[in-house]
Amino acid sequence: MKPTVAVFSFTGCEGCSLAILECENELLDVLNLVQLVRWREAMTETAQEFDIALVDGSISTHHDVKKVKQIRELCKLLVPIGACAHNAGLNALKNRYGMGQVKETVYGDAGAQFDTIPACPVSAVVPIDFALPGCPIDRGEFVRTVRDLCLGKTPRLPTYPICVECKKKENVCVFFQGKFCMGPVTRAGCGAICPTYGDGCEGCRGFVDDPNQNAHKETLAEYGLTAREVMQHFDMFNSYDDRLP
Amino acid sequence: MPDVNLHVEDITRVEGHGDIVLNVKQGKIEELRLEITESPRFYESMILGRRWDEVTHITCRICGICSIGHTSASLQAVEAALGIQISQQTLLMRQLAFCGETLQSHVLHVYYLVAPDLLGVPSVLPLVETHKEVVIMALRLKRLANDLCAVIAGRHIHPCAMKVKCFPHVPRKDDLRALRERLVASMDDLMDSVSLLKTLQLPQVEREMEFVSLYHPDEYALYRGTEMISSRGQRVTIPEYKQMFSEYVVAHSHAKHAATERGSYMVGALARFNNNHRQLRPRALEVATALGLESGCMNPFMNNVAQVVECVQCTLDAIEILDKLCDLELVLEDPTVEVKAGRGVGASEVPRGQLIHDYTFNDEGLVTEANLVIPTGQNLNNIERDMHAFVPGILDRSQDEIRQFLEMLVRAYDPCISCATHLLRVKFV
Repeated sequence: MKPTVAVFSFTGCEGCSLAILECENELLDVLNLVQLVRWREAMTETAQEFDIALVDGSISTHHDVKKVKQIRELCKLLVPIGACAHNAGLNALKNRYGMGQVKETVYGDAGAQFDTIPACPVSAVVPIDFALPGCPIDRGEFVRTVRDLCLGKTPRLPTYPICVECKKKENVCVFFQGKFCMGPVTRAGCGAICPTYGDGCEGCRGFVDDPNQNAHKETLAEYGLTAREVMQHFDMFNSYDDRLP
Repeated sequence: MPDVNLHVEDITRVEGHGDIVLNVKQGKIEELRLEITESPRFYESMILGRRWDEVTHITCRICGICSIGHTSASLQAVEAALGIQISQQTLLMRQLAFCGETLQSHVLHVYYLVAPDLLGVPSVLPLVETHKEVVIMALRLKRLANDLCAVIAGRHIHPCAMKVKCFPHVPRKDDLRALRERLVASMDDLMDSVSLLKTLQLPQVEREMEFVSLYHPDEYALYRGTEMISSRGQRVTIPEYKQMFSEYVVAHSHAKHAATERGSYMVGALARFNNNHRQLRPRALEVATALGLESGCMNPFMNNVAQVVECVQCTLDAIEILDKLCDLELVLEDPTVEVKAGRGVGASEVPRGQLIHDYTFNDEGLVTEANLVIPTGQNLNNIERDMHAFVPGILDRSQDEIRQFLEMLVRAYDPCISCATHLLRVKFV
């Protein structure tokens, strides 16, 4: 029997669900490994039982909280996919304001009718079995993770920072090009895609296990960033993380 | 005639969360709503105080499908505010990435999300058994579109290499030539899919409606436009977009509705076709004719046919742009920017219709005000009006058939509901 898989989306752009569909070359192979039984974005079927639940998006409403708890009851393995589900990602930027204030800014007086709570990762609400980081998730890492889960293995993430992958690609360090980068404190696994295309890493995969964030803060300041700009580099994707300097 | 009580929770095969509510008693519609239940995300608050060079990378995360489109509108807005002119090289590369995104989105929508309705199955998965060749062809077209985006922008979802003023890398000519060859070959796939589509039957319904889209005098407007035009003759410049329509909050939707003076309006592929079909390439127009799409078409289901016509347009555009890029000496351009205070509006025709990013910066280049107008939000009002117009004609059908018709109607618009909930307060005009 192939394990059954369901995909759910909470508060986010659904790019990580889309990234699954973007495994064009591997999609038919993945479908040989697992049976997709529920995925609102792609199919009409609504199975009530499944082995693995893949969840994208942050939890940011009371309705989200209720629904993710139900999903936890229905599945054996719960795997958040993507930055929003993994560490609340960009969504947590709104947490700096009061929820009343964000509603007022966006909807004016009519905002009171809308339900919103500070955005949080899935793991803040229910126990999870593994989380895939990244904004969006990396296709190769996704396929490897599904394979590992089907084999009963615990998937692993790299424990080293982006810089290792960047060096392997023989990229010129973006700091030497007058740009800024979160690579030294960010978990590898994306192949250092942003620096490879000439941009700095924005830290979307979250901090590496033991980040030296204070040293990195000093490096950014050394290259001319103001204290405010340093914080903005750290908090774009990691404002929910309590290790934020 | 039996009463109807429908509540479709979480319409499937669309991006984002929406419900349909329909109650009919003794042949009279008592309730009919498209409810947008997606969690609101508050992007407009999140970008306040952020720097001019990071705002695009935040707002492109509004949508996973249209992130190159959001990036394009956002970059145009930043550049308009800071008074930046971009080079021919950068313009061509952005237009090429835009073609790639439009192709990938249209292929995804037509083949994976809409085709199952027309073939009578609940998803693309059973088609792997019954129509394997078609599924593999769609995967091949989508892969090519994604590769096109990747070579130029790093990746399709949340492009990392599209920046203010220029690209931080230069594509390799070998990669560009290889893409060109694959695009030329893909025209056969597209023509095969046109033959298949000719055999499928779309619902035949019509309603008098207004179409709004961008317009550019020199090209079929996709990446950019110089004006916003309406099928009833109104034209406004891009920064004056609020003179074309106004937005308002309704109780049953987290996304705002919009209306012109006339009322609801449609944006998207059919609106672009109706307003700008004279600028399409002959081959794309031939495909339109072959599929029965003519200018002035008022059947919303034909939006999916217009998407196929645009696939042909984008493939041919991409080939021409690649030729131009291969003739240029591609260089790493100077990214230096002079920061100043100002307001800028950027607009692009993303797959689902016109998208507007409107930012105001202070003299440090930090965002002080932002307004984002998303195509699906603009269409919601029109979808509801369609439902009101078409439902009385199908009340003799079974409840299940009515439900399916309404879901198909929503899908025809290719809604992107998770985007639709990121609207800002608009000063009412």
